Amino acid sequence: MFKTPCTRLSGLVGASVSQKLLGNASINYQTARSLIHLYRKDPSNWITYQQLHFLKRQYVTKGSSELHQRAVPKQTPAIPVLDERDDSVVQRVQHVQAIYPPHPADIMPQPDDVTSEEVVLPVISNALPSAERTLLKKGSERETSNETPHLHVETDEAREARLDRQWKELKVDVSELPGVYARLAKSRLTALVVVTAAAGFAMAPVPFDPGMFALACLGTGLASCSANSINQYFEVPFDSNMNRTKNRPLVRGQISPLHAVSFALACGVPGVALLTLAVNPLTGFLGALNIFLYTCCYTPLKRLSIVNTWVGAVVGAIPPVMGWTAATGSLDPAALLMGAFLYSWQFPHFNALSWNLREDYSRGGYRMMSVTHPDMCRRVALRHSVALVGLSCLGPAAGLTTWTFPLVSLPINLYISYLALRFYHRADRGSARKLFFCSLWHLPMLLLLALTCKKPAKEQSGADLPSANPVPS
Amino acid sequence: MVVVCPIYRPEQIGPWCRSSVIRVRGRGCRLGWHVAIGHQAKDCVRSSAFQPAPDSTHDWIGPPNRLSNIRPITYHVPAQESALEERLRRLRQQTEVWNHEFWAYQNVAFNKLLLDLFSVLLLALFTGRKHTLGSEEMALFYKSFLDTNRTRHANYNKEWYRRNFRITLLMGRVALTNAWKTVTNRTPSSSPS
Repeated sequence: MFKTPCTRLSGLVGASVSQKLLGNASINYQTARSLIHLYRKDPSNWITYQQLHFLKRQYVTKGSSELHQRAVPKQTPAIPVLDERDDSVVQRVQHVQAIYPPHPADIMPQPDDVTSEEVVLPVISNALPSAERTLLKKGSERETSNETPHLHVETDEAREARLDRQWKELKVDVSELPGVYARLAKSRLTALVVVTAAAGFAMAPVPFDPGMFALACLGTGLASCSANSINQYFEVPFDSNMNRTKNRPLVRGQISPLHAVSFALACGVPGVALLTLAVNPLTGFLGALNIFLYTCCYTPLKRLSIVNTWVGAVVGAIPPVMGWTAATGSLDPAALLMGAFLYSWQFPHFNALSWNLREDYSRGGYRMMSVTHPDMCRRVALRHSVALVGLSCLGPAAGLTTWTFPLVSLPINLYISYLALRFYHRADRGSARKLFFCSLWHLPMLLLLALTCKKPAKEQSGADLPSANPVPS
Repeated sequence: MVVVCPIYRPEQIGPWCRSSVIRVRGRGCRLGWHVAIGHQAKDCVRSSAFQPAPDSTHDWIGPPNRLSNIRPITYHVPAQESALEERLRRLRQQTEVWNHEFWAYQNVAFNKLLLDLFSVLLLALFTGRKHTLGSEEMALFYKSFLDTNRTRHANYNKEWYRRNFRITLLMGRVALTNAWKTVTNRTPSSSPS
């Protein structure tokens, strides 16, 4: 289950002080104060923020565009064996519920409260100053019945040896390169970008050309790989400080920055050239523009201003427009409407996601709406969810879909708007998560429904033709 | 509840910041502030005294530092290191230290403020005034942290982009020079004498 750092921290503090505190309220109050006071003293011994993330987390993997995230529940064993552990001492204690002010009636220790979930609790033991160590020792001596056999203290030598083992030679392993490139180019994200471009191509009211379709998808995919690689190249120190991104290839040193840039050029130049020469110049221009917007506008802006979300939404909106122009060679209002669908969809998706990553974003110095303007974050998500309903109604008017589309898409649009409204009012992690997960299936459903309601090509010109069979896509 | 997020100057962080100062002034570095970091072994980028095998011809990368999450790199110094290669190596080493200082300070300051906030709320909890940690307090805290550090972050970003480009360009130059050397060294042996 996804556990928030806040509840985890309260659990952490609860775990560390509850045993003592439940025993004797007044003495333990002093203990709590002195413990907190001691923790303030020496910053180098503080529990770092990375160590606070010790509970099972959902992996957040890249979704359909840079801004999309798909959370996959992580199947962790009960006792996690970490491949590359953080430089921290790992303890295992049983998770205790959040602490409440003790009532005089029940100051007895309550072992029944502990849950069966094992929690890895990192605490620096040998690094503590002697005063803190004696304090902990005193605490453990008091619990004669509830001694903590789970405490595992690592000696300095063992720690050194463990850290020494984690040094890796910076040699490019050719057998690992495909995997490295896949992670560098964010392959799943690229795949979903290509899917949105393909949807744009398929919605175009022209006879389907498989060759052009393949070229457009390939070109878009290469451009997306290039943009993602440059993005990772720019963000190495920031990625190393966020849990979601700390295992990226450049952070781990699997390839050098020069290698990453070369890969990006090797993808980007042929990709844009393919789009420009083999498809049409307009698509090539849009591809190059998208790379530029993503790498040179969105990536730096992430750390400067909340405007980055709007720029990122444009970046996500361009691929379907590219697909459309690849098919037709021109920018129609219908193409812009498809882009508008993606644009509006980005906001509930990304704002809900970033709501649950506020701590990491804040510590990493990222300026996101969820961190600096939380009210605006929820308001914008709601606004754009409702806008999806309006945009669906524009489908027939722009010549994108038939009149059935606003009707069949109304249920899912209303549902995501309802979830956005709940998120707006409640502003908590549960509603944010629900909205995020809804957005993940909402977009494919919307594209699929648009495809089924696609306006037949012959009817689009308005001429009355005998064979009114819609062109199969 | 108003959360005030003070800017901690390095000397305010506590007795941990000893008098030995690393002044990072690379070429064109305009950080504008000095970070005082004590020379405790566990606080340097390298947390262990690992030495690669002497016959190794590659660089080695270590585990992330516990404070800054920056991974230290031990560079292999070839016997015939050119001036360009030495410049590249020194720039990368200096950038690693600079990165480590920035992120160590950032993470420690953030955690200190977070723990301050939690200790205040914990005491309020025990006196019965509060029972939960609201998301509003956390949002205020995150926002104030970003706002107080805005200039610092912007300066760091600019400097990081500059260093990153310079390192990559130097790497490119070194790679091209080495490739050219390999080609020209091979040509005299292939030509018939």
